Amino acid sequence: MKRAVFKNNWVAALMVAPQLLIIFVFFYWPTSQAMYWAFTLEQPWGGGNTWVGFDNFAAILFDDLYWYSVQVSVVYAIGATVLSVGMALILAVFVDRQLRGFKAYKIGMIWPYAIAAPAVGLAFRFIFNPGAGIMLYLNDAFPGAWDPNGNGTHAMIMVIVAGAWKQIAYNFIFFLAGLQSIPRSLLEAGAMDGARVLRRMRDIQLPLLAPTFFFVLVINITDSFTDSFGIVDTMTGGGPARATNLMVYKIFNDGFQGLDYSGAAAQSIILMFLVVALTVVQFRYIERKVHYT
Amino acid sequence: MIERTPILNIVTHLILLSGLILMIFPMYLVLVAASLDLKDVSAIPPKMFPGDQLWVNMGVAWEKAKFGEKFLNTFIVAFGVVVGKIVLACITAFGIVFFDHRLRMPIFWAVFITLMLPLEVRIVPTYAVAANALQPFQVFMDVTGLTWAINAVTGIEVALEWNLLNSYTGLIMPLVATATGTFLYRQFFLTIPDELVEAAKMDGAGPVRFLREILVPLSVTNIAALATIMFVYSWNQYLWPLLVITDQSYGMVAVELGRLVPKITSTGGEVAKWNIAMAGTLIVMVPPILVVIFMQRWFVRGLINTDK
Amino acid sequence: MANISISDVRKSYGKDEVVHGVNLEIANGEFIVILGPSGCGKSTLLRMIAGLESISAGQIAIAGTVVNDLEPRERGCAMVFQNYALYPHMTVAENIGYALKVSGMAKAERLEKVRVVAASVGLSEFLDRRPGQLSGGQRQRVAMARAIIREPRVFLFDEPLSNLDAKLRVQMRHEIRRIHNRIKATSVFVTHDQQEGMTLADRLVVMNKGNIEQVGTPEEIYHSPASVYVGGFIGSPAMNFLSGQIVAGGVMLANGGKIPLPQALAVAHNGSLAQIGLRPEELTLVPAGKGAFDATFEFSEELGPSRLYHFQFEDLTLSVLSADKPPVEQGKPMGIRVEAGSVHLFAADTGKRLRAREAVAQPELVV
Repeated sequence: MKRAVFKNNWVAALMVAPQLLIIFVFFYWPTSQAMYWAFTLEQPWGGGNTWVGFDNFAAILFDDLYWYSVQVSVVYAIGATVLSVGMALILAVFVDRQLRGFKAYKIGMIWPYAIAAPAVGLAFRFIFNPGAGIMLYLNDAFPGAWDPNGNGTHAMIMVIVAGAWKQIAYNFIFFLAGLQSIPRSLLEAGAMDGARVLRRMRDIQLPLLAPTFFFVLVINITDSFTDSFGIVDTMTGGGPARATNLMVYKIFNDGFQGLDYSGAAAQSIILMFLVVALTVVQFRYIERKVHYT
Repeated sequence: MIERTPILNIVTHLILLSGLILMIFPMYLVLVAASLDLKDVSAIPPKMFPGDQLWVNMGVAWEKAKFGEKFLNTFIVAFGVVVGKIVLACITAFGIVFFDHRLRMPIFWAVFITLMLPLEVRIVPTYAVAANALQPFQVFMDVTGLTWAINAVTGIEVALEWNLLNSYTGLIMPLVATATGTFLYRQFFLTIPDELVEAAKMDGAGPVRFLREILVPLSVTNIAALATIMFVYSWNQYLWPLLVITDQSYGMVAVELGRLVPKITSTGGEVAKWNIAMAGTLIVMVPPILVVIFMQRWFVRGLINTDK
Repeated sequence: MANISISDVRKSYGKDEVVHGVNLEIANGEFIVILGPSGCGKSTLLRMIAGLESISAGQIAIAGTVVNDLEPRERGCAMVFQNYALYPHMTVAENIGYALKVSGMAKAERLEKVRVVAASVGLSEFLDRRPGQLSGGQRQRVAMARAIIREPRVFLFDEPLSNLDAKLRVQMRHEIRRIHNRIKATSVFVTHDQQEGMTLADRLVVMNKGNIEQVGTPEEIYHSPASVYVGGFIGSPAMNFLSGQIVAGGVMLANGGKIPLPQALAVAHNGSLAQIGLRPEELTLVPAGKGAFDATFEFSEELGPSRLYHFQFEDLTLSVLSADKPPVEQGKPMGIRVEAGSVHLFAADTGKRLRAREAVAQPELVV
């Protein structure tokens, strides 16, 4: 901590006030509202509200649709995370070999980060559209082979591919930065010790990348719970038959379409706990990483 | 390093080329579709090379989605969010690093914890706040009896209201709070040597002057890094504008994109004009992609340092 | 066991040549120290021997085999890195044994070897620790052990002591020399510290701007530096330099002082302009007017067994090391006596050492 400081604390107060005000109004207040709503039954926009304890939670937890949404979210989280983390890791490890042209490869892997989720969603909805492009070709040869509008599994595959594709660039950037922070001399020492490229990847680079890997993994899971909204909304709208109705999408639907504020709030609280738990796990791991080196 | 790995080198290039194709090919298909007329989009076999309708389709998409207006709105919001985030991050970090008060750590944590509350999980109540940003204060006054007291003394019924729906303020305000930016600035400020503060004091500079004339110039790389990621972040906003904007003259581009093709769930008989939709997608993608490619160095640094 | 032969080796990065045609023969079992300031190409040369840098031109042979295109692991060299390059995620034992593991040695045999080698450098108690939990000196030992365990034909050291504090540095220096005496592997040690070079080397290679300036035993290099550069780089306190013209029996300085020279040397180069190198420890203080020239005393530094006097002479500073420690008053002139045999004479234009005629005919020391 710094020793040299300014004394005029009223200046400090002025400096921190704007941000505190904003996070109070737009973060803490809504969060506390969500808590309040989750434990009460309220008419939207005023009206009476009564304390109902855990009734809202109970209603959710006994609701098969909710559990179906959880199940779908988990499938999406695992599918998208495994795909995007795996691809990004492989690409980063090989780009890090810094063969000829690696800078071009690097830019080629990074730029999709800039594409908005709905743009990705729309693009992949077109690419996987059974009535146009490549899939039309496939369906022409094997009628009914691909039907994301009717088949839930197909829709889920489509959403996972789009979500994973969007996330590869982000993961790639972190993996590459992690690899480049490994001192070059460690790899040289490995080479002197007789380890060849793939062996060095296995024995030196991948173990030292473990903290980055874990960080990326957690971020991906968290993001798949929250950031997936744009993709689902533009691609499937949660369908068909709720097959891609991810938790965050269900909250949005229940709250804004169904006007069930209490139910949506209770779901929000559960999702919030999930995100907080994942973040805490992540911080604990990052602490360990500090002790590592 | 001398290494004879011809086979592995070929394999490496093959893997990387496949990766490159994986990243580029979907967007190539978008480009191809955007350059065809409606009939050719659903042709069998599918067209693999661009046609000559790209500018036509882009023009149609531009008109149909009123992108002129939407681009302006998005630029205004992106500008507001970027500037707001940088200023807020900078002054908040300044207030907790360069002053000695007992609240510095609690304030830091109060800001930092917001990381765990992404917009998506508190979307419903946040929307309610946007409908009346002064609602928290009203509730506070009601609960503490202040409303009653004022009413009793002056006879005025206090009813605070500030509706942010359908306004730039409503789009920008909930997005400008920045835990990661504050964290980045705090990390940077902690590396400023004590001597610099002391020298400034000896020279008679007060805190505001020190911030303006020493810290801000020193943090230009921070600003560049933050600005690039925050620009991409705000340009691509979808959920929040989808909610708070119902008056389309305030609409943002990413949301507009979703309207170019009928929702899969919609029951209307409208035919999806994919060539137009893909042309619109291209238009919307361009500005952030340019930023990422040309500001690559800052962008990567900002992303890594803020962790998210 | 292996000798190393380096012939006309060059290294360039693009158009930028950083090593310009180096020739060097290293005998089997020899301890060679390559000495030079940072950026002189010494580390690049070492890394070319190791196989970590490709060789732009020329060739390097180890034990008679040209290794230009061999990978590091095929050259039989072990290397100690400046920052040790220990694997942070492996224990000390795993670090030391990694090369054996890669080569496929059975686990039991490997662990036994690790134990023996670790004991030989005093690391037995630390085998289960991670590098992060060790002190600088201990890390240095791990790096040494990791090199020793492979029983390499050639040991390469890239400034391995520069991250240690002064006391530990001396201690590790002794340790390295002891290990060398025990295992007798050919060693190449790169450093910018001339004291380290002098004390460790069988033969010293002084490099400057990508060229070898001189090769020789530390004594040879100290007593007859081949150039102004080597003279100035080797020896502490540093050599004094004066310039003048060679006349019969000595060198005439600009202010009229005269420095004696051996007869043969003066005759051989009569009339040429020269730079004169004088080691502070070979000068003697005498009363004003009694020496080769007079200089004004400025201040002195007490070193314990001796004292270092600093003088102003013309626009130069000059130092004299004296064990007698005569009292001198600030601002007063003192005479400085120079023995003819202790004068190092260099050509004013090339900076090369000037020798008596018959010496010139001799080949330069093996370069």
